[in-house]
Amino acid sequence: MATATELSIPQLLDPMPCVVRAVNRETHDTITLEVEPAEPYHFEPGQITMVYKHGVGEIPISISSDPDRHDRISQTVRGVGAVSKAIIASHPGDVLGIRGPFGVGWPIDQAEGGDVAIIGGGIGLAPLRSIVYRVLNRRDRFGAVVILVGARTPKDIVFAEELREWGSRFDIDVNVTVDTADRGWHGPVGVVTNMIPRAPWDSSKVTAFVCGPEVMMRFTARALREDDVPMDKVYVTMERNMQCGVGLCGHCQWGSHFVCREGPVFRYDTVAELFRIRGV
Amino acid sequence: MSNTMAQIKDLKFFSGLKRRHLEVLAALAKEIEVEKGTYIFREGDDALRCLVVLSGDVALELPMQGRDPRTVQTVHDGDVLGWSWLYPPHRWTFDARAVTDVTALVFDAEQLRAVKDSDHELGFQLMTRFGKVMVSRLQATRMRLMDLYGNGD
Ligand SMILES: Cc1cc2nc3c(=O)[nH]c(=O)nc-3n(C[C@H](O)[C@H](O)[C@H](O)COP(=O)(O)OP(=O)(O)OC[C@H]3O[C@@H](n4cnc5c(N)ncnc54)[C@H](O)[C@@H]3O)c2cc1C
Ligand code: FES
Repeated sequence: MATATELSIPQLLDPMPCVVRAVNRETHDTITLEVEPAEPYHFEPGQITMVYKHGVGEIPISISSDPDRHDRISQTVRGVGAVSKAIIASHPGDVLGIRGPFGVGWPIDQAEGGDVAIIGGGIGLAPLRSIVYRVLNRRDRFGAVVILVGARTPKDIVFAEELREWGSRFDIDVNVTVDTADRGWHGPVGVVTNMIPRAPWDSSKVTAFVCGPEVMMRFTARALREDDVPMDKVYVTMERNMQCGVGLCGHCQWGSHFVCREGPVFRYDTVAELFRIRGV
Repeated sequence: MSNTMAQIKDLKFFSGLKRRHLEVLAALAKEIEVEKGTYIFREGDDALRCLVVLSGDVALELPMQGRDPRTVQTVHDGDVLGWSWLYPPHRWTFDARAVTDVTALVFDAEQLRAVKDSDHELGFQLMTRFGKVMVSRLQATRMRLMDLYGNGD
């Protein structure tokens, strides 16, 4: 399949039927859907699709699966409103429509030869999961690989099983922290930024990929700066309501940027000012 | 250089202190080992010691009537463990439980307060460092009050 830039506008506006093959529950309101596209699917980590539930509506969702696998796509969805709740109620065998992939992904190749920091908060780990797959598929090209994850409680951790699996490898450092926990939790308790000063990367050689709610990304960028990580090596994703996905409708405009075309991944120093402006 | 002096010098918390101040602190410090599961202090106890964790993890817990305690924060290698010893009424406000085997440097609170009051330069340096820790924990607490991870509440 061609990439978004190679597809014509009508192709990008026409949903491709995808059959739901598996539904994995992550938390009480979040699931990961594994779908089989009608034809081999190519995307870059960080790209998004518009997911269409027949008769209900369409919403933007990040792709959370292995970018080197083309017969399946995973998308991790939190049920918050009409469309997302209808999507998470899907069962194996159901058909969803998928448009895209849209936007620019994480510039993982720029991290080659250096260390990689993958920092996620809550469901923000979803678009970062594709980076982990890509980096593990090409492990010898990177130095230290560090994953830092923050969640409200242990029950709110997405991809818990995979995080455990990655944490048991010797070539990747996985740290998950929660805001509060009972005795059943044996990991750290505190905000995700607490883990930055002791993370085992070389601040001068690390590229950081950060995803979570805007407030989490802002505080994380600040903590990375205090840890001497250059701000031109920090990337964030920005969510803005989307409709067409192809730069026509203007719904996703953020300052002077169109998230569907220029984002959702942005280099932090190019958008830091926008983070400070209220109501943009 | 004594072992304790070397340990203090290596701690980021004390970095930038003058050698004579490090020596004063080293003379007061004692290394302790705490077995996993042991309470280092309990809420309401007199805060008689100041501790800096050298290795291991410590959970700060809030005991709850009829329920399991909640862990509100964990502290790790290089972190200071509480500041209740600094301010009256000098009582701990949390339980501190060793989650792993822990080694820590311990200072007698009364001696440390006396040093801080008699040597104002060292006192200022210590208060600046504790102030920084307090600000960062206050900031972390504020972040937790926000919807930091988008749980929607
Ligand atoms: C680039 C991009 C990538 C995204 N990736 C994912 C993903 O991987 N997984 C996922 O579950 N969601 C993702 N989202 C968010 C998802 O698109 C929204 O949750 C969805 O559009 C809500 O639609 P709805 O009809 O279910 O709810 P609505 O009825 O539209 O909204 C219900 C409630 O959710 C709030 N809400 C709506 N959209 C958002 C949003 N973007 N962020 C926070 N709150 C919102 C509304 O304010 C309202 O309170 C992404 C959004 C964008 C723009
Ligand atoms: S979603 Fe229409 S312009 Fe971006």
